[in-house]
Amino acid sequence: MDSTVTTGTKAAVWGGGNKPLNASYGKLMMWFFLVSDALTFSGFIASYGFSRFKFIETWPIADEVFTHVPFFHGNYPMYYVAFMTFILIMSSVTMVLAVDAGHKMQKNKVIWYMFATIIGGAIFVGSQAWEWGTFIKGDHGAIETKGGRILQFVKADTGERASLRDFAKTIPSERANHESKNGIWFFSEGSLPSYTVNEVAEGFKANPNILIRTETITEEGEKTLLNREQSLAKLKDAKYVVEGANLIHNEYGSRLFADFFFFITGFHGFHVFSGVVINVIIFFNVILGTYERRGHYEMVEKVGLYWHFVDLVWVFVFTFFYLV
Amino acid sequence: MAHEHKLEIFRGLLKFKSNVSKIWGVLIFLTIVTTVEVALGIIKPESLTGTYVLGMKLINWIFIILTLVKAYYIAWDFMHLRDEKSALRRAIVWTPIFLVLYLVFILLVEADYIYEVFKNGFVKWNF
Repeated sequence: MDSTVTTGTKAAVWGGGNKPLNASYGKLMMWFFLVSDALTFSGFIASYGFSRFKFIETWPIADEVFTHVPFFHGNYPMYYVAFMTFILIMSSVTMVLAVDAGHKMQKNKVIWYMFATIIGGAIFVGSQAWEWGTFIKGDHGAIETKGGRILQFVKADTGERASLRDFAKTIPSERANHESKNGIWFFSEGSLPSYTVNEVAEGFKANPNILIRTETITEEGEKTLLNREQSLAKLKDAKYVVEGANLIHNEYGSRLFADFFFFITGFHGFHVFSGVVINVIIFFNVILGTYERRGHYEMVEKVGLYWHFVDLVWVFVFTFFYLV
Repeated sequence: MAHEHKLEIFRGLLKFKSNVSKIWGVLIFLTIVTTVEVALGIIKPESLTGTYVLGMKLINWIFIILTLVKAYYIAWDFMHLRDEKSALRRAIVWTPIFLVLYLVFILLVEADYIYEVFKNGFVKWNF
């Protein structure tokens, strides 16, 4: 090629090996992946917005769903997620510091900053697992109606949420779990809720202090509280007792909320998990001196891009799931 | 590879001496923004939840804008887009922004239509 070209600048254009974007192949490919992954997440969050706008008047209020902090009893909305967000931002910072130390070829600093990043990621994944556990286990329990709507219970005097165990009666009845050994095929049913619909209904009738709260959000942005007569009338539609949340039933309100919660935070959590795994691999490579011998720490930078992306996605998930 | 870092944030209002101190500066800024978001989310001031701008509560607009601000600083300083060539930066940023705005627009308009059908049409679902 060079022999046919007369000027030096043309050689630089046609001879290959130039970088118009001043980024290496690996880094560009990482950006390709991140942009496409960003579009995937956007699709999920946009479809969450779709379902939410569809049921804008009955969507659960996040403050009332995520109210727990590990090792503490009581009502602390948002604090734990705020802590998780901070942990993830913090681990992003240690990652940039690792990249920065890599540029200066400071191996020991890279090792320690990578280590801190991995610890931060592990704390975040653990916290998310705990959030899932709490969400699945449920809080107060609720009644699902024939139409699939959720009725929750409130104490009339204090305005606090009432749990099923606070008022449900215990009525002895014959209802055995269907087990797979008694089935023709391997049918088995999930565990029964702690109370039957009848027990909840009888307990409700006997306890005048309990009122029903429907899913509908009022003008003031709170759930509609029915009076005693309306509550008793509404309770006639009761079909199931729901404790906790899964993909089919959700005691916090619209089941779509639980579906999207599991799907979006699950997909994000999987990203964090794989990010931690990749970080661990790079961490050991750094310790072994792979990048020292290679002469540059660009691999740390590329993994860093992925890690920051995970943080970036969480910023959006945090807003659209917990704040808005 | 050259590793020159642009050490100014807030359009040159704040200048850092080294890349490391810039990183800590951005962390402090992101922490402040997150704290404001959480505080607003817990307090929910009447003046913000009662006011509607373009069909959405003012507080939600604030949350979304603060989120975009945070996203900007994560991408610009942590993912060091600030130091990349503008062609690369624009390709990365504007492609998703364009596609996401389009998708969000059609999905939310459609969702609002379905909401109206559920509300005013002869569909009984809330029972």
